Amino acid sequence: MEKKKFTLVLMDAPFENARTVSGLRLVDAALRKGHDVTVFAYEGAAALTFARQTPHANAVHGRDAAQEDHPLPREWVAALFAAARAGGQTLDWINCGLCVDERGVGEFIEGARRGSPADLWKAAEASDNTLVLGAK
Amino acid sequence: MAKYILIESRDPFESNEVPHQYELAASLAREGNTVTLFLVQNGVMPARRSSRSDALARLAKGGVEVLADELSLRERGIGGDRLVAGVAVATIDVVIDQLADGRKAIWH
Amino acid sequence: MTRKVLCVIDTAYRCTLEEQDEPAIWITHAMRGAGADLAVLLRGNAVSYAVKGQDARGLAFGARTQTQPPQLDADVEKLAGKGVEVYVVEDDVAERGLERSDLIAGIKPVSRAGVGRLYGAHDQIWHW
Repeated sequence: MEKKKFTLVLMDAPFENARTVSGLRLVDAALRKGHDVTVFAYEGAAALTFARQTPHANAVHGRDAAQEDHPLPREWVAALFAAARAGGQTLDWINCGLCVDERGVGEFIEGARRGSPADLWKAAEASDNTLVLGAK
Repeated sequence: MAKYILIESRDPFESNEVPHQYELAASLAREGNTVTLFLVQNGVMPARRSSRSDALARLAKGGVEVLADELSLRERGIGGDRLVAGVAVATIDVVIDQLADGRKAIWH
Repeated sequence: MTRKVLCVIDTAYRCTLEEQDEPAIWITHAMRGAGADLAVLLRGNAVSYAVKGQDARGLAFGARTQTQPPQLDADVEKLAGKGVEVYVVEDDVAERGLERSDLIAGIKPVSRAGVGRLYGAHDQIWHW
C-alpha cells in the first residue's frame, strides 16, 4: 500500500473518555499499515504525554502497582513512537502549547513537542487526510 | 460523487443527535455518494438486535455499508449471532484504509 | 495542498466557562489567522452559540473573579467578519424554540436535509 500521511486531532484528557483509546488505536493501525501520522493533541489531550504520570496499586482488586501493570497514556504513546521508529514511519506528536500551559503538563515524554493551531493547519495541509476526534 | 466514512461512537440510547447522523448517512447515499458507517465504542450498542436496531438495518438496505468495530462489540459482550441484519463486523483498520482512500472522514 | 474545511460544532458549553472560550471556535479563529480556508456549521445545541445576548458574567470563587467571561455570540460574529462562512442548522434552531431574530447577523441557515450538500461542497469535514 502506498504510504500516506494522516493528521489526527485528539481532545480528551487521559482517563476521561473512550475516544483516547480509539485515537491511539487509529494511530497504531496507521503505523502498522506503514503510514506516517501527526497527532495534534488539543485541550485535555495535551496531558497524554505528561511525563509525570505515575502508576498505582489497586486495592479493590488486591494488586500492588507491579501486579496492576497499568499502562499509562504516556507509555502507550512512547510505545507508538518506538513502533514508528522500528517500522520506518514518522509519528509527530504536537501538544497545543496553550493547552499545555493551562494544565501545567509541560514535561513531555521524549518525542512529543509543543506547537500551536498553525501547526495543526500546516500538518493538515501536508497530509492526505485528517480526522478530528472532538470532545463531547 | 464523493466517498464518506462516518464514524459513529455514540448511541441513540444516549444521544438524540445519533439518529440525525444516521439520516445524514442515508441522504448522502441517496445522493449517489459511497458511504460507510463505522460503529465504534458505544456506537455499537444498537448493532445488537433491539428496538433501536431497525435504523441500522434500514441504512444497510439503503446502500450504506454498516460496519461494527470488533473490539467494541466484544468489549460489550455483543456476539455475532445477536447482530441486526446488515451490520458486518470489521476492525479499526478499515478506518485507516478508507482515510487512505481519500474518503471524507467524520467522527461523531 | 490547500483545502476548504468545514468545521462542524454540535456540543455546546462543555468547558466554555472554564476556558473563557469555545475551543472549537477559538481554534477556527487561530487557524484562519494562519491562512486556513474554513467554514463553520453550528448544529445541535451549538446553534445556541449564535444566540444574541448570552451573558456569562459573574463567576467568582472566593475573591477570585472571572474578568474575561466567554462572549460566544461575539466570537461567532467575528468569525463571520473574518470571511468565514458560518452556517446554522435551522431545524435545530426551531426545535430549541429559537427564531431567526434571536440569532446574530451574518449566519447562513441550512436545513438539516441540506447538510449533506454542504458536506459535498467542502474537501474535508472536521467535526469538533
